[in-house]
Amino acid sequence: MKVLRSGLLVLTIAFFAAGCAKTVQPVTAPPVTTAAPASTAPTTSTAAAPAQTQLSPLDDPNNILYKKVVYFDFDKSNIKPEFLDLLTAHAKYLIANPNQKIRIEGYTDERGTWEYNIALGDRRAQSVRRFLLFQGVNPDQISTVSYGEAHPVCSEHNEGCWSQNRRAVLVYLNR
Amino acid sequence: MWRKVLLIASLVLFPLAVAQAALEITITHGVNAAVPVAIVPFAWQVQGPVPNTDVAAVISADLTRSGRFKAIADKSMLEKPTQASAINFTNWRILAVNDLVIGRIKPAGNGNYQVEFQLFSVYTGQQLLGLSVLTTPQGLRWTAHKISDLIYQKLTGQRGAFATRIAYVEVSGKAGKDSHYALVVADSDGFNHQTVFQSNEPIMSPDWSPDGRYLAYVSFENQRPAIYIQDIYTGRRQLVSERRGINSAPVFSPNGKSLAVVLSSSPDNPDIYILNLAGRVLQRVTHSDAIDTEPAWSPDGQSLYFTSDRGGSPQIYKVNLHAGHPQRITFDGSYNARARISPDGHTLAMVHRETGQLHIAVMNLSTGALLTLTNGDLDKSPSFAPNGSMIIYEATYHNQGVLEEVSVDGQVHERLSESQVGVSVHMPVWGPFLSQ
Repeated sequence: MKVLRSGLLVLTIAFFAAGCAKTVQPVTAPPVTTAAPASTAPTTSTAAAPAQTQLSPLDDPNNILYKKVVYFDFDKSNIKPEFLDLLTAHAKYLIANPNQKIRIEGYTDERGTWEYNIALGDRRAQSVRRFLLFQGVNPDQISTVSYGEAHPVCSEHNEGCWSQNRRAVLVYLNR
Repeated sequence: MWRKVLLIASLVLFPLAVAQAALEITITHGVNAAVPVAIVPFAWQVQGPVPNTDVAAVISADLTRSGRFKAIADKSMLEKPTQASAINFTNWRILAVNDLVIGRIKPAGNGNYQVEFQLFSVYTGQQLLGLSVLTTPQGLRWTAHKISDLIYQKLTGQRGAFATRIAYVEVSGKAGKDSHYALVVADSDGFNHQTVFQSNEPIMSPDWSPDGRYLAYVSFENQRPAIYIQDIYTGRRQLVSERRGINSAPVFSPNGKSLAVVLSSSPDNPDIYILNLAGRVLQRVTHSDAIDTEPAWSPDGQSLYFTSDRGGSPQIYKVNLHAGHPQRITFDGSYNARARISPDGHTLAMVHRETGQLHIAVMNLSTGALLTLTNGDLDKSPSFAPNGSMIIYEATYHNQGVLEEVSVDGQVHERLSESQVGVSVHMPVWGPFLSQ
């Protein structure tokens, strides 16, 4: 899914004429479109995948590393105790796999201004980053980005939704 | 008072009708004291079919939208004069109309038109204004807005802001699925909207240059935030900041030579900077460990207002760029953010949280008095009209992001909603007066 989303950046610049009383410019310039081909995700066909293939712990629903999201209280960026084991496991994994890199994405709910939420999402991502660094992860393995309230996972206007959107997501980049 | 003023038709006259969605204006609360005026349909004296733009209807809608006037309906009119000599003022006094506008559209060579209009005081029968405006057929609607500006100024003493533009961000697509973001420019009444940039990643915080030619905004197109400036007429884009960490909240200085921005490249904490656009020189303005964001210039360019949680909760501070320790400006409530300053520098608009809801509020900067203007759940992103009369902002209506406007005295409320289901509009910003 991640691969698909990053591959499909479509950038179109539309030119338009000034609607002024004096002149109207004809619109002639073609839209500029850059579209990278979407890479095909590796498919596992039953015939080609021998049963003994080791499932990555990151993809194993029975492994704690399968979970990659931590949630926050309203207006807060401190890591809640229930997520310490999860983040500790990710720290150990990153230390054991120094070639792995992660991007920590910080998000907020919609109950704030867009730009303040960028700052709050950043603070959440930084809070996770600092925890991982404290555990001994190499800083070069971690980058952060805040989307604020953009890209919500849930769009209703109630606490059930808001609590899902106040999150930091660990995205493994070498997969 | 619920009155549908106009429904926007397709953009037949414009060569590039990019966006499918259209804005629909509903006046949700008007002023009882609105002055009755009459704009008589203009005479069409050009060979060929009558254009889609009804100049008198556009002027009527503009004046009514201001909340200061109430244009009477065509069908109420007892006569429809198009020449001064044909006016019987008694027919207008009966209707208690204060002011009357008549006009004519004539050929002007090369396919252009001459739009003549006259404004009369019904009470005295005197002509208050009489002008002729040259326009292309495509510019007819814009010309109608210019005429509205002139009439508004004559009758109120305040410059009209109808012939201005707004920009906003459209978001479509469901949560958790592929979203689509578009940066849109439209006339102040929502017509003639054009997508100037689009992406599958977020677009945020558009801001107009003082000459109305450029938009600065944040784009996440490379899966990290970067600040761009785009020429809206040529489409040419310039990357101005893609530093490590946050690149957020660009706002043009009043002279257009700098951008106030929010960066976190050192030390992993958002602070306000000023980026000189010519030399790309960065000047750091704030130095706290707290969140400092959402800069707004004072109209004289000497100070910045910004949001900071250095005192424990987000509040608005002001810093003089030459002498300065930031001073806290807001004290009322636990969340006051995203300041914008009125063109005369006397009023601060902000997002004010009350009992968990976000409202638009204004503060008198001389007295510190706060007035809450709106009562939605999630009202955000206030932006002043260039004449300071109205504030445009984003609100939530039927679970969808919509644009609303409120007069700075809180009397007039109206909604510019997307007619297309599933498209939310956010982060409106009202452009400057345009010289043309």
